[in-house]
Amino acid sequence: MAAPVLAVRELSKRYGKQEALAGVDLQVEAGQLVGLLGPNGAGKSTLTKIACGLVRPSGGGVEVLGQPAGSPEARAALGYLAELFRFPGWCTADELLRLHQRLVGSAGGEAERRELLDLVELGDAAGKRVEAMSKGMQQRLGVGQALIGSPRLLLLDEPTSALDPVGRRIVRELLEELRRRGVAVLLNSHLLSEVELICDHVAIIAGGRLVKAGTPAELAGPAAVEVETASGVKTFEGAAREDAPRIVAELVAAGEQVYRVEVRHSSLEDVYLDAVGGQTG
Amino acid sequence: MSGGQLRSAAAVVGLSIQEGVRKRVFLAVLVLTAGFLALFALGAHFAFRDVDEFASGVPGVLDAHAFTGATIFGLAMFATLFLGAVLAVFLTLGVVRGDAESGLLQPIVVRPIGRTTMLVARFAGAALLSAAYVVFVYLASCAITEATGNWSPDHLLGPALGLALAVAIIAALSLLASTVLSVTAQGIVVFMVFGAGLTAGLMAQIGNAINSDSLHEIGRVASWALPFEGLYAASLHALISDTSGLTGVVLQLGPFGGSEAAGPGLIAWAFAYLLGVLALAAFVFSRRDL
Repeated sequence: MAAPVLAVRELSKRYGKQEALAGVDLQVEAGQLVGLLGPNGAGKSTLTKIACGLVRPSGGGVEVLGQPAGSPEARAALGYLAELFRFPGWCTADELLRLHQRLVGSAGGEAERRELLDLVELGDAAGKRVEAMSKGMQQRLGVGQALIGSPRLLLLDEPTSALDPVGRRIVRELLEELRRRGVAVLLNSHLLSEVELICDHVAIIAGGRLVKAGTPAELAGPAAVEVETASGVKTFEGAAREDAPRIVAELVAAGEQVYRVEVRHSSLEDVYLDAVGGQTG
Repeated sequence: MSGGQLRSAAAVVGLSIQEGVRKRVFLAVLVLTAGFLALFALGAHFAFRDVDEFASGVPGVLDAHAFTGATIFGLAMFATLFLGAVLAVFLTLGVVRGDAESGLLQPIVVRPIGRTTMLVARFAGAALLSAAYVVFVYLASCAITEATGNWSPDHLLGPALGLALAVAIIAALSLLASTVLSVTAQGIVVFMVFGAGLTAGLMAQIGNAINSDSLHEIGRVASWALPFEGLYAASLHALISDTSGLTGVVLQLGPFGGSEAAGPGLIAWAFAYLLGVLALAAFVFSRRDL
């Protein structure tokens, strides 16, 4: 079996007395889009930075395509956009991408730069200096630079925080396209609706620990079955889809007229709030 | 180092140079340098004219013309070193901690280049630009004294290379400071170290003049601890090292201040010092969480 693109094992990190991560396990497979959720200070950015080799772990380890995080091979396989990033204001979008092509050793040339700028809808801004761009444009340019050299793993830390709804849609469509191409993506985000919409897998971290993980469907389990009858709407808390025929049969047997049956699921927000227990950073 | 790392290193060197050249501050440096050279040319012109008038027809053992040329050129050397130091510090300001705090560093460090290569490449960019700058200003000053007073130093290239190596050391010290200090603290500390180095040179000179072995020794040790000063003093000395007679003696005692011949091994020590500072900076950087 092929090694996962990103394998996080028993990862821990301490900053002095503060425990940022405490034994986190996580895997991201090729073509998988994993959303990493958690309150501020939960350890999401620390995990991402360890995977990039920016931060040294205190215990456990991270591998990228079977190579230790931070090794030249691991770095060559990934693209990264930090939550707080800045590019030299004096250089143009095209110059920035050219610099990163040289840093990665990409032979894509002008065609790759043009394709990436078009992908993030900055095709007309190739000659524009970074300092003249809006924050949203810079963030899209950041996503573009992370894709230089066709990385197998993309680590994005709040990539849509400065984007307007149109910009978010552009990035969302881009991530879906990358998934189709088999790129593994780890997406740190506070935007639950966005994660729910595009991620195959969600991991929730709180207090440096992985508190919940699974597909959005697994996490968002059934919350209730709601039945509209002649005597009003009846809610059966905790009932699942499989329970619906039995509930309807019992109601009919009891002489109720049934007009509508709806299986309600808990939203990712409900799951998240339940998992983090109201923590905020 | 692999071919890929060399390409990446060249990219970072290019980035450092472009960054330095394309910032507005560099334009200010060029304008101020042009101003300095213009003033220097004016000062040299009047100094040579007045001393020639003053000394004409007065036969003496002191060569007033050579004395004037060496003195004003020595002052130009000081200004050149100072401007080169300012440029070296400016080009390395916030390169590690400052850029990490602002988020400029991370997109580059996550690339396969590796931290040590990146740091050395940033140093190379800053050192090349600063060294090229001091060599240019030195040669321009030289051309000015030649044109205005028909005077040129005894050794042309040695002092230029000494100044270039001195600013490279200042760039390395500044880079080391940037691994641990914030931008403001880095600037303050490096200029204080620069001042301390020059003061050490003056102490050695004063010790020499008043025949105080202790003072001379303290100054000498301090100037070896900060070898950019030793290189500067050696460069000053090389300007007039072939000047003989009373003129040579007076020049070595007086207006230059801090002029002292390079002791054995100064250049080797300066290179070893440079490598040591870079190795320490690379070690600190490699241990740093970003």
